[in-house]
Amino acid sequence: MSTIKNISRRTFVKSIGLASGGLILACNTSVFSEKEITKNLVDFNPNLFVQLNSDGSLILIASRSEMGNGVRTSLTSIIADEMEADWNKVIVKQATGDAKYGDQNTDGSRSVRYLYETMRKMGAMAKAMLISAAAKKWQVPGSECTAKNHFVTHSSGEKIGFGDLVEIAKTLETPKEYVLKSPKDFKYIGKKLRSIDAEDYVKGKAIFGLDKRLPNMKFVAIARCPVTFGTVKSFDKSEALKVAGVEAIIEIPRVEKPFGALGGVAVIASNTWAAFKGKEALKIEWDFGDNKSYNSKTYMAEITANVHKQGKVAKDVGNINKAFKNAHKIIESTYQLPHLSHAPMEVPNAVAWVQGDSCEVWAPTQAPQTTRKEVIDYLKTSEEKVTINVTFLGGGFGRKSKPDYVVEAVMLSKELNAPVQVVWTREDDIKHDYYHTVSAQYLKASLDKNGNVTGWLHRFALPSIVSTFSPGVDYAAGFEIASASNIPFDIKNMKIEVGKALAMVRIGWLRSVINIPHGFSENVFADELAYAANKDPLEFRLNLIGKDRIEDTQNEIKYNTARLKNVLKIVVKNAEWGKQLPENHAYGLAVHYSFYSYVASIVEVSVINKKVKVHNVFTAIDCGTVVNKDTVKAQMEGSAIFGMSLAFYGKITAKDGAIEQSNYDNYKMIRMHEIPKVHVEIVESSEKPTGVGEPGVPVIAPAIVNAIFKATGKRYHNLPLSDYGLV
Amino acid sequence: MVTLRINGEKHTIDVAPDMPLLWAIRDIIGLTGTKYGCGKGLCGSCKVLLDNSPVQSCVIPVSAAIGKNILTIEGTSENLQLLQESWVTLNVPQCGFCQPGQLIAATALLDKNENPTDKDIEEAMIGNICRCGTYQRIKKAIHKTVELKNQHS
Repeated sequence: MSTIKNISRRTFVKSIGLASGGLILACNTSVFSEKEITKNLVDFNPNLFVQLNSDGSLILIASRSEMGNGVRTSLTSIIADEMEADWNKVIVKQATGDAKYGDQNTDGSRSVRYLYETMRKMGAMAKAMLISAAAKKWQVPGSECTAKNHFVTHSSGEKIGFGDLVEIAKTLETPKEYVLKSPKDFKYIGKKLRSIDAEDYVKGKAIFGLDKRLPNMKFVAIARCPVTFGTVKSFDKSEALKVAGVEAIIEIPRVEKPFGALGGVAVIASNTWAAFKGKEALKIEWDFGDNKSYNSKTYMAEITANVHKQGKVAKDVGNINKAFKNAHKIIESTYQLPHLSHAPMEVPNAVAWVQGDSCEVWAPTQAPQTTRKEVIDYLKTSEEKVTINVTFLGGGFGRKSKPDYVVEAVMLSKELNAPVQVVWTREDDIKHDYYHTVSAQYLKASLDKNGNVTGWLHRFALPSIVSTFSPGVDYAAGFEIASASNIPFDIKNMKIEVGKALAMVRIGWLRSVINIPHGFSENVFADELAYAANKDPLEFRLNLIGKDRIEDTQNEIKYNTARLKNVLKIVVKNAEWGKQLPENHAYGLAVHYSFYSYVASIVEVSVINKKVKVHNVFTAIDCGTVVNKDTVKAQMEGSAIFGMSLAFYGKITAKDGAIEQSNYDNYKMIRMHEIPKVHVEIVESSEKPTGVGEPGVPVIAPAIVNAIFKATGKRYHNLPLSDYGLV
Repeated sequence: MVTLRINGEKHTIDVAPDMPLLWAIRDIIGLTGTKYGCGKGLCGSCKVLLDNSPVQSCVIPVSAAIGKNILTIEGTSENLQLLQESWVTLNVPQCGFCQPGQLIAATALLDKNENPTDKDIEEAMIGNICRCGTYQRIKKAIHKTVELKNQHS
């Protein structure tokens, strides 16, 4: 599927951000279509690069963004392992946004999933070339040489460093044959490796977007209309101009594209604080536009009404009407979940410097190529004129896949003919996000007299992510339906319907995306059914998943119910499900398949004086082959906290079109005193690597709600729990 | 003109006395390790030590820091250094953005309390948000630092 070549002597080496010299291997990998792969094979458009220099340093270009996902470390370790390189000699360079690096979107929990095989192959080839080079130098057969820890050793005991082999290796063709290591010989893959950037992080040396500085750079804050897509009617800038440090104030128009700037009034200043203060001093009259009718309360009532009547049928298997008619028992529930905001610790921000028809950008972005395209479109310039430098990301969670903030910086740099840094305030971030969808879900199931589920109806209404790209779309799209219709339950009669829901804010993907609402309703409803059937929720769930089988989800990886049951069994063992817990304590469980990974969690809560505390979270993940155990563990620990934050506090609401929350005081996060102990077990597997960053989130909220039921007998159907006064 | 003493070094800068210390440090002096997270003293990303006390520099005016010793993440102190080592050993950071503030808060804790309990740690760190959810490791890293100190003393 991919070709690897020695490009040490090619002239384009500089254009990929590597100094010439050294052994450079390039690989063309494509994760798109067969057609594209074939085209790449013919034209050889490489997009992954590794360089070994004569001083022994090994440079890898990271095509994916680092946002806490550990990707710079894990991708690098794959090559280093196969190559038998010394980890201490590895240097990671961040790629700019360019199609020559292949797909750079860091989302969908897929960096390792997509690049694992290719990275291994590149490492193995580099090793084979170094062995050939040594054999050539010593005039011995390659079979008598081995590579280990940055050295090639001959059976006679003679030894030479990788760096000293570069000059010969450079002249060699990449080998036709190479051997991948046996997993049992892995040195880095599957082990615990600390972040390659940890030292920089703890010393304050990592440069995030906000930390980028250019000479004579202007700092900019922008006042945007409180209502999505509203526009400026008029404004008075006289007070704002009096703020010391404020240099200019200009109106910027909306760029009507999915990732275009929202428009507003920009305050240009000599420092961030002056820009913020100037913005506060502006007096602006807005034309709020159509979305001013957005009120969360009435909206929730509307979409809830839409799931209480017939919707559009998305899946219809068996005969649901017959199942309901013949039911021993019918259970139905409605679930309501609010919008969420990403709220990464680092607010959206970007530095841009437009000079003539050229532009250079420094930004924390999950999508450098999308960003580049937006800049090219805005400036109406050509690709080679635009450089997107990817800084460290102070959290992304999907927010930084949408480069509206970069477009703003580019507009203003062009207008001011100077380098600018646009900085969103935290209030801007919370009030003008691409929000996680708001949803109403109705589930109805029939049980037979033995407590088996005979029919399952899932009807939901939520504004679709697609509405951001195609305004007016008011039904869930295929991928938003799939996570409900691919539910791994063995139920003969199943129907999925979608109800109408028009977007009134920008909707975007947030860590785990549609799996948050579906993972919640499916897991809570399954728990309700278990009690209705007088069965233990665990037994009931195992029975619902049914016999071991492979389900075809029309995706690259088919899911395996045995693996799903396995993670459930692991947490049951680790938590000792069924054991006597202290008074007022209880366990709740949830299991979910997403991003091709299998995750189960059991949480232990206590409910005392109507207040919930989470004491323990037991999580098991099966994500196939694990590259960095510690990263997977860290992601599961973080996912538990992310899931708790949304379960406890996550709620964005609109009143007359304006978002009511503004900062961490009214859009709260879990803090240190609220954390549980998180116990993680990772399934040992040699299956293909699958997602890690997101699949740990969806199980947390339903497991908490299920545990609260067990502890109190009260069933909560909506989030966040703060609305019930429980936290 | 005001003079600030940051990490032992004097900086004379021309800013309004009501400018929050954070922006003087980041935008005027150019030390970017101290982070902006909320601007309201809610998240702790901007924490620095002012004469050994942790403050949220986003809500402290420059005038309040005159004549005091300011320690930022770029500076050194015995506890800060030991904590940074434990942070690396336990691979605490995920995105890393909030960690300077977390480390400063932890330094202030250990400066005042040589053997903090879990509860002491929770109280000292309550003002610092980590959206990636590294709290469990932060807690462990603080305990580990204390252990190492006790072994050596």
